[in-house]
Amino acid sequence: MASSFATQDSSHLADCPTQPTKRRIVRERGQREVFCGLTGIVWLHRKIQDAFFLVVGSRTCAHLLQSAAGVMIFAEPRFGTAILEERDLAGMADAHEELDREVERLLARRPDIKLLFLVGSCPSEVIKLDLGRAAERLSAKYLPKTRVLNYSGSGIETTFTQGEDACLASMVPTLPATDPAAPANLLVVGALPDIVEGQFKRIFDELGIGPVAFLPPSRSDELPPVGANTHFLLAQPFLGDTARVLESRGAKHVSASFPFGAEGTTAWLQAAASLWNVDPMLFRKVIAPSRERAKRSLAPYRQQLEEKTVFFFPDSQLEIPLARFLSQELGMIPLEVGTPYLHRQHMEADLEHLPLNAQLSEGQNVDKQLDRCLAAKPDLTVCGLGLANPLEAQGLRTKWSIELVFSPVHGFEQAGDLAELFARPLNRQERLAV
Amino acid sequence: MKLTVWTYEGPPHVGAMRVVTGMRDTHFVLHAPQGDTYADLLFTMIERRKERPPVTFTTFQSRDLGKDTAELFKDSAKEAYERFDPQLLLVGASCTAELLQDDPGGLASTLGLPVPVIPLELPSYSRKENWGASETFYQVVRGLADTERRAPSKEGRKPRCNILGPTALGFRHRDDVKEISGLLRAMGIDVSVVAPMSATPSDFVRLGEADFNIVLYPEIAETAAKWLERTFGQPSVKTVPIGYGATTEFIKEVGDIAGVDPALGLAQDESRLPWWSRSIDSTYLTGKRVFIFGDATHAVAAARVATEELGFKVVGLGCYNREFARDLRAAAKEYGVEPLITDDYLEVERQIAELQPELVLGTQMERHIAKRLGIGCAVISAPVHVQDFPARTSPQMGFEGANVLFDTWVHPLVMGLEEHLLNMFRDDFEFSDSSGPSHLANHASPASADEHVQPADNVVAFPEETAGDQVTWEADAESELRKIPFFVRGKARRNTESYAAERGISVINIATLYDAKAHFAR
Repeated sequence: MASSFATQDSSHLADCPTQPTKRRIVRERGQREVFCGLTGIVWLHRKIQDAFFLVVGSRTCAHLLQSAAGVMIFAEPRFGTAILEERDLAGMADAHEELDREVERLLARRPDIKLLFLVGSCPSEVIKLDLGRAAERLSAKYLPKTRVLNYSGSGIETTFTQGEDACLASMVPTLPATDPAAPANLLVVGALPDIVEGQFKRIFDELGIGPVAFLPPSRSDELPPVGANTHFLLAQPFLGDTARVLESRGAKHVSASFPFGAEGTTAWLQAAASLWNVDPMLFRKVIAPSRERAKRSLAPYRQQLEEKTVFFFPDSQLEIPLARFLSQELGMIPLEVGTPYLHRQHMEADLEHLPLNAQLSEGQNVDKQLDRCLAAKPDLTVCGLGLANPLEAQGLRTKWSIELVFSPVHGFEQAGDLAELFARPLNRQERLAV
Repeated sequence: MKLTVWTYEGPPHVGAMRVVTGMRDTHFVLHAPQGDTYADLLFTMIERRKERPPVTFTTFQSRDLGKDTAELFKDSAKEAYERFDPQLLLVGASCTAELLQDDPGGLASTLGLPVPVIPLELPSYSRKENWGASETFYQVVRGLADTERRAPSKEGRKPRCNILGPTALGFRHRDDVKEISGLLRAMGIDVSVVAPMSATPSDFVRLGEADFNIVLYPEIAETAAKWLERTFGQPSVKTVPIGYGATTEFIKEVGDIAGVDPALGLAQDESRLPWWSRSIDSTYLTGKRVFIFGDATHAVAAARVATEELGFKVVGLGCYNREFARDLRAAAKEYGVEPLITDDYLEVERQIAELQPELVLGTQMERHIAKRLGIGCAVISAPVHVQDFPARTSPQMGFEGANVLFDTWVHPLVMGLEEHLLNMFRDDFEFSDSSGPSHLANHASPASADEHVQPADNVVAFPEETAGDQVTWEADAESELRKIPFFVRGKARRNTESYAAERGISVINIATLYDAKAHFAR
C-alpha cells in the first residue's frame, strides 16, 4: 500500500511542478467554533447502558447538552446537570454536601445505575471543585453497587470528542488486571456502534485473534482486563490520554490507520493480524468478501466525488483519517484539513496517505478560516452546525461533521454509508431546481 | 445545586444573543470558554439563519487561565470591531467568565472604540434566558435612546408607535410582527421602530419620537417599556393580542391610546375562528380537557382562547418563568386550577400524567411528554424547535393568529364523528382507538394509555403512588375498562380507583366502574 501511495504521489509531482515536499501546517489562535467535551455524553450515555453522567456545572452546560445533537433526545436520559447556584459559589452552601445530596437522590430513584460519572465543567474547574475527591468519597459510600468516577468535559480542558477520551481514561484504572500468564489479548478502544463492534468481533474470531474486548463496554460489569499482555487498537483518533493510561498499565498500542473505508479497515485489521502472526493467506481469505463489498459500495460514490475538493473545519479529530479516506479511496482533493489537536503519532499512518499539498491546520481562528474557505470555494465543506447554513447561504455545499460522530461509519460494511454522507450534499444540489 | 435534565430556558447570555442577533449593525463580544459557541447553532439550525449570530466568543482554554484572559478579551473585542465594523458593541461574560471577574465593560472602555460600548451584567447563577433578553434590551434602550427627542406635534401626521419585544429565536415573532404591523397600518398608525428585531442602533436612538409603545412580548420588553414610559411619557399597550377576544381588546386599547377609531382595526376582522367554533362540527370540542404550559404570557393567553373561544376546559395551567408568576396565578384562580410554576420538566410530566388531559398546549418539552403519554399536543410557546419556524406565515397574534390557533389546536384531536365511532365499536379490528386519530398517520400509538398514569420505568422520575396500590380490579371490570377509548381511559381508571378508595371498596367490579362514571359525569 505504501508503494502505491508513493506512485500516486510521484504522479502528482509530475503533474504539478510546484508540488511541495513538506506539508504546510497552519497553527492558529482565535475564536474556536467547537463543542466542549460534555457533548460526548450524548453518545456515551447510550453506549454504556448502566451508566449515568452527572455534569456538575451551570445552566449553560445543561442547555448545551440538550441543544448539541440539534435535537432533544427524550428517550431515557441517563444524564443530567447538577446546576451550580449562587449559594454554592458564595460559599453559603458546601458544594460537596450539595453534591452528595443530589447523588443520593439520583441513585435512590435510579437503582439500575452501576456506574456514575461526575463530569467536571468549566465553572466547576474554575472554582476548583475537587470532583476526584467527591468520586472517591461517593464510591466508598456506594460500592459495590455503584462505582463513581470523574472526568472533565469542560471546554477549557477538552474539545468535543476529547470528552470521550477523558471518560475512557477515567475508566482505565478500574479495569481488572489480566493474568500475566495468559496469552496476548486484544483491546479495541473507542465507543463504536454495537453493529460495528459485532462485525469486527466476527472478523477477529475468524482470524483467530483473541480474546478481543471493547472499551467502553456496553455494561460496566463487563470491564475488559488490561495488562502487559494487552495490545490495543484505537478505533477512534481522539484517544490520546486513554492510550497513555493504558500504556501506563503495560498495554501496548498497535499503530495503524483508522478503520474507515476499505483501505483503512484493511490496514487496521492487518496491524492486529501481524501481531498475532496470522497467515497472510488466511487474512486475505477472511477479509476478502467484506473488503470487496466495501470497494463495490464505494465505486459509485467515487464517480460522484472524484476530483471534487473538500475543506475540513476542525471538530472531532476525525478530520485527518476522513480526509485520508476521501482522498485515497474516493479521489477527492483535500484543500485544508483542520483539526482541533494534532496527535502526530496516532495520525502517522493516515498522514502518510494524505497528499502533501493538503494543508493541515491545528487550532482555529474561525473568522480567518472562513475567509480561507470562501476564497478556496471547495466543492464540499465539512463543518459544525453553527457554520453550515451560513456557508450554504454563500453558495457552498456542506456536510455537518457531527453526523460523522453519530453514525455507524467504521469498518468495511459501513464504507459505502460513509461515502454517501459526503456525496449526499452534492447529490442534493443536483436534484434541486430552486 | 439543583439537578436538571432538560431546561426550559438557557442561560442569560443566550437571551442577550437573541436580542443582538435580532438587531442589525450590532456586535456582541462574549467572554466565554471554548464550547460556549454551541449557542450559534440555535440560530443557524433551529431558525435556519443564513448568517452566524453577530457574536465573538473569546473561547479561552485552561492554558489562558494561567496567563491573561483580560488581554485575550481586549484582543477579541478589538479584532471583532475591526472585522465587523458595528455601530454598537455589547460586551458581557458567560457563566465561566463571570467567575474570572475580568470586567469586560471596563476592559472594553480602555480600547477607546469610536462606537458606543454597552456592558451587560448577566448573572448566570441566578438568572435565565428571558431575563437576559429583557436586561439586554433594557440596557440597549437606556444606553441609546436620545432623551432629548420627543414625538413631534400631532398636527398633520398619523399617530406613531414602537413595537417592542420581538427577538431572534422567538416563538413566531417574525409572523406576529408582520400581522400586527398590518393591523396598525390599517388603523392609520405608523410603526416607527420595531425593536430589538430588525432595529439598528440608530433606530434605538429615536425611540422617544413615538407616541406610544406596543409591548408584544412582556417577558422581553416590559422593563424597557416602563423605562420609556418614565422617560418619554410614552404609554404602553399592554394587551397581548393572542386570540380573537384579545385581538379585539388590543384594537380598542390601541384606539384609546392613539386616539383613532377602533372600527378601523375591527374592520380588519377576517377571523374565521368565531364561526368555526360555533359551527356544529365543533360541538365535539365542548369541554375537552386541556393542559397548558409555557411562558406566562402565552400560557395565560392560551387559557383564555381555550376556554372562551374553543369551549375547552382548562384542567392545568402553568409557566416556567417565575418572573411572571403573578399573572399566571391570577389566571389559574380564574379557571379554578392550581397554578404550576416550575422549571422542572419532571414536575410538569408528573402533572400531565396525573391529569390525563385530552390535549396539551405547551412547549417543545410538553410535546415530547404528550407524545410519550399518547396525548395530542400543540406548541404555543418557546422553547422552540426547528418545526416552530414554518415556511409559511403562521402568526399567533391578531385575527389571522386566531385562525392559526383554531387549526393547530384542533388538529391533534380525534375528530367529532370518529370519536363517536370509536365509542360505538371499540373492538373493530381495523378502526381501533389504539391507532390514534385517523388523520394523523404517524400519531404515536399508545400501547395502553392507562398504563401511562405512572411514568414509564425508563423515565427519570420518582415513582408515583397511585390509588391502584390499594384497590384491585376484577377481570370483567378490567376488560370493560379497556373498551373505553384510550384518550379517556386513564381518567376513567383514576376516577374509578379514587371513587372506590373513598368508599372503602377494595375490589372494583363493573358496577363500581359505572357508579364512578355516573359520579364523575360532567
